[in-house]
Amino acid sequence: MTALAARDVRAVPNAGSASPLLVVEALTKAFGGQIACRDVTFELWPGEILAVVGESGAGKTTLLKCLSGQLEPDSGRIALTRRDGSVAELYGIAESERRRLMRTDWGIIHQNPRDGLRFGVSVGANVGERLMAVGARHYGEIRRTVSEWLERLEVDPARMDALPATFSGGMQQRVQIARNLVTGPRLVFMDEPTGGLDVSVQARLLDLLRSLAGELGLAGVLVTHDLAVARLLADRLMVMRGGEVVELGLVDQVLDDPQHAYTQLLVSSVLQI
Amino acid sequence: MTGGYNFAYLDEQTKRMIRRALLKAVALPGYQVPFGSREMPLPYGWGTGGIQVTASIIGADDTLKVIDQGADDTTNAVSIRRFFAKTAGVATTEQTGAATIIQTRHRIPETKLRDDQIMVFQVPIPEPLRWLEPREAETRRMHAYADYAVMHVRLYEDVARYGRIATAYDYPVVVNGRYLMRPSPIPKFDNPKLDRSPALMLFGAGREKRIYAVPPYTPVKSLDFDDHPFTVESWDRSCALCGADDSFLDEVIVDDRGGRMFVCSDTDHCRGRRDAEQPA
Repeated sequence: MTALAARDVRAVPNAGSASPLLVVEALTKAFGGQIACRDVTFELWPGEILAVVGESGAGKTTLLKCLSGQLEPDSGRIALTRRDGSVAELYGIAESERRRLMRTDWGIIHQNPRDGLRFGVSVGANVGERLMAVGARHYGEIRRTVSEWLERLEVDPARMDALPATFSGGMQQRVQIARNLVTGPRLVFMDEPTGGLDVSVQARLLDLLRSLAGELGLAGVLVTHDLAVARLLADRLMVMRGGEVVELGLVDQVLDDPQHAYTQLLVSSVLQI
Repeated sequence: MTGGYNFAYLDEQTKRMIRRALLKAVALPGYQVPFGSREMPLPYGWGTGGIQVTASIIGADDTLKVIDQGADDTTNAVSIRRFFAKTAGVATTEQTGAATIIQTRHRIPETKLRDDQIMVFQVPIPEPLRWLEPREAETRRMHAYADYAVMHVRLYEDVARYGRIATAYDYPVVVNGRYLMRPSPIPKFDNPKLDRSPALMLFGAGREKRIYAVPPYTPVKSLDFDDHPFTVESWDRSCALCGADDSFLDEVIVDDRGGRMFVCSDTDHCRGRRDAEQPA
């Protein structure tokens, strides 16, 4: 834990002028006697992507759920900065505002597209839903925006009236990403976004995600067990084990010079080809 | 005359409970108020909600009209009319203009309603979001936060598939700019009649135990897109009996050789027009 304080550097050099999007202090969540997250503390700055790695059961997903407003922590605070610069507590604001936040300024990309998409309606309706939620009422314009976003994510806009089930896993994931990005969020939560995909599709999608994040200045929290995904997408890396953060720092620093014994184990157990 | 029953069948405490729900419903236009629906002497789906609302508001000097799909002479309409004639001893009528309370299934009369009339709708499923979101806790939240995007997703899907909004009945409306409401299975042809209607509109769902209301002169807007505006059905012919070209027409098959005719669904409206043409 000593390495933690020394390495808490900002990944984004020009972030000094702005305020952090998220400030998390001593976040703790337990399920009965089972502690899922203990004393998690970090800041997330605009435009930076923080990867959370660790083995199964390390508390990564619980942390993500707490951060994304789906699960209230037992103690600790999560402060967010709104678009107008004002600061609020995530679980202090009204549920209505939290819901609005989730579909405008924030986004969630689930590992399984079935959790993030409506499978009963077309791809176009899926991507357009967030636009309609913020008041878009012009069918033609909704379709135009949707088809632009599908094109950006390399999904053929000609297929926008097809159901998600007729798409491959990788394509469904792209649709899910488009659905989240269409309202121009500043912060995206990603839970193993490339989890169930084969390696070549994964590489292509990661590449796309990285260029989009750079273009749009997206900030994100990325939960993954794959160090390669973290290396490619993230600016900073947080290593969790048994619900605690064991190491936090710039991705290259942590991966090239791991300090904590567990991180060393994790880095050395990556398969080499 | 009331044959051993309390006036209008229901006991007085039940009527008070329903009236309290009705008052709340009127105070919150379009909001679904839960109420303790009673077992009625007719099956669910035949108007148990509507009949309880009618029983709670009817008085000895009221005149009742009951329609089913616009017609006064169908089994459901005749039975409910007779039920109240028997248990409340009220006058019944088939004429829209003469009625003070009109209980209806699937239609609003063509004749313009007045501010001294009350419409009572029989509602099978009150929740407009039900087929889109099965969880009751979640639909209540969606109503609380006016989070109605998913209804537009449905309309979007209609336009994407059929090139137009294909929903023809139970067309979703927003009441007073706030609550999303199911207008019961009336054809969308009748939706404009809900908007700023002088008559009070009450909706009762017996099985689902919900009551909601549209007070007089309340704006009721049918959902649509700017470039696919709400439109009502139109026919390229007029009523074969009365010649009306502005009423809702039913297609009736008259023989087994493909013969068919189009007639007004509102039987009272049709008869009224024919009587006016050739005075007996």
